[in-house]
Amino acid sequence: MTAGTAGTAVTAEAPGTHAADAAAQAAREAVFDAAVAADERIEPRDWMPEAYRASLVRQIAQHAHSEIIGMQPEANWITRAPSLRRKAILMAKVQDEAGHGLYLYSAAETLGVSRDELLDKLHTGRQKYSSIFNYPTLTWADVGAIGWLVDGAAITNQVPLCRCSYGPYARAMVRVCKEESFHQRQGYEALLALSRGTEAQHAMAQDAVDRWWWPSLMMFGPPDDESTHTAQAMAWKIKRHTNDELRQRFVDIAVPQAEALGLTLPDPDLKWNEERGHYDFGPIDWAEFWDVLKGDGPCNDQRITKRRQAHEDGAWVREAAAAYARKHTGQPGEAQA
Amino acid sequence: MTTTDTAAATDPALASAALALGDDALVLAQRLGEWAGNAPVLEEEVALANIALDLLGQARVLLSLAGDEDELAFLREERAFRNVQLVEQPNGDFAHTIARQLYFSTYQRLLYAALAAGDTPLAGLAAKAVKEVAYHQDHAEHWTLRLGDGTEESHRRMRTACEALWRYTGELFQPLDGLGLDTTALEAAWLDSVTAVLTRAGLPVPTGSRTGAWRAGAGRQGLHTEHFGRLLAEMQHLHRSHPGATW
Repeated sequence: MTAGTAGTAVTAEAPGTHAADAAAQAAREAVFDAAVAADERIEPRDWMPEAYRASLVRQIAQHAHSEIIGMQPEANWITRAPSLRRKAILMAKVQDEAGHGLYLYSAAETLGVSRDELLDKLHTGRQKYSSIFNYPTLTWADVGAIGWLVDGAAITNQVPLCRCSYGPYARAMVRVCKEESFHQRQGYEALLALSRGTEAQHAMAQDAVDRWWWPSLMMFGPPDDESTHTAQAMAWKIKRHTNDELRQRFVDIAVPQAEALGLTLPDPDLKWNEERGHYDFGPIDWAEFWDVLKGDGPCNDQRITKRRQAHEDGAWVREAAAAYARKHTGQPGEAQA
Repeated sequence: MTTTDTAAATDPALASAALALGDDALVLAQRLGEWAGNAPVLEEEVALANIALDLLGQARVLLSLAGDEDELAFLREERAFRNVQLVEQPNGDFAHTIARQLYFSTYQRLLYAALAAGDTPLAGLAAKAVKEVAYHQDHAEHWTLRLGDGTEESHRRMRTACEALWRYTGELFQPLDGLGLDTTALEAAWLDSVTAVLTRAGLPVPTGSRTGAWRAGAGRQGLHTEHFGRLLAEMQHLHRSHPGATW
């Protein structure tokens, strides 16, 4: 979809009357709906329904916040990584996550919000981040399990977003998914090294998978019959599949991978269903999911406190950069929030 | 330590110089790794991690010249590390981290430029590393200017940090056997460069001693500050808990 087509023409033609306004609105909506139906990309200057804009801001911001908060559980192991090679891989990964946060905040900014505003909403709990990052990384194997399972679930969620109707988001996801796939392979490989290592290393890997499996399945969101945003997001082609569809796809991919790793998944109900052509799996503890989402997970307070602390501790640095920019370039300077 | 058929194996002086420079890079990478998730802006998360990764890469090449990188990093005790004390200093606030980066990256850039122009087996490594450290120095200089010439508070913090770390800078210029470097010239160039940046930033050049009480150049002889043991305890704990394991 290109900027300034039918919408502009109608606006120019008939300002002033209610009937004309309504007609103009209907025409703009028709252009938007046709573009979505034709699988065209909506771009920042195009007209879009306010609810579409708000829904994208919410989703992209939440996605950006997840990248930023998601640095914490892994950064927890940077200083303790057991070999220099693993330390380098982990540092590079955490750096990529900060980069993904930057792309995504930029994509959100094309919708008319600022990064500062979104960060403020994160810091005050008005916007969420992925529930998975409220779980603690207790051993080195957790870093591998996060790479394999958490990044694996994220990729399953995000690959369809590369075809999302909003252009800037779709393009950001292409870059993010490439790097995430790389991280996921590295996580799998780290876990494989543990699984084939000493008895203690194998046990460490199994324990990590036991703790991360169910939270990873929760990353796909509530079941379809409880998901408030899904129907509209699919109509707008922001989402392409339901939560339950993606969750099933992830389970189907993960089970053979677990077998190849020589690790078990903590679900006695997990078994191949010939008739469906899918793995059946046991019930998810939705009470736990909602608790974590509401802020009562194991690390919710810790994660947000640390994020706020970093932001507050850095205020004088941002103010200095802004003051310097004002003095030396006459520009208003960088972010001050 | 397993010494293989590297250039270092035939030249103990070179191996010991590689170990010293590798320890510098390793320990500073460890300190910068502590910043992950704590930086003042997202762009600095990326920049600090990027610098840490470059340093870790240098450390891995240098330590491999002296032996097995993981054995050297994870199984030596405090007294066997040869890094300068400057790089083991705690991160402190952002100004302390930047002052440490300014002092160290200026040194590294001059050092690697000299090594790249020389004919030791480190010339190739230095030629690659000098490009990385040029970025590190540029980053440190820009932040020194912003903080020194930013707000009153940032000026005060940057001044405090530059003064606090000054006493650790003399140690950078002790001669390292096997490198054939003119450390007097290196030191003069370092002072010129740092003085120019501090002056542009409106910061006074610290006037205190640059060697403190450890005139002998303690870090290079395995004499470290009290901060260092804890840094190693954290870095080595997991590796030491699983003797002989591969990761």
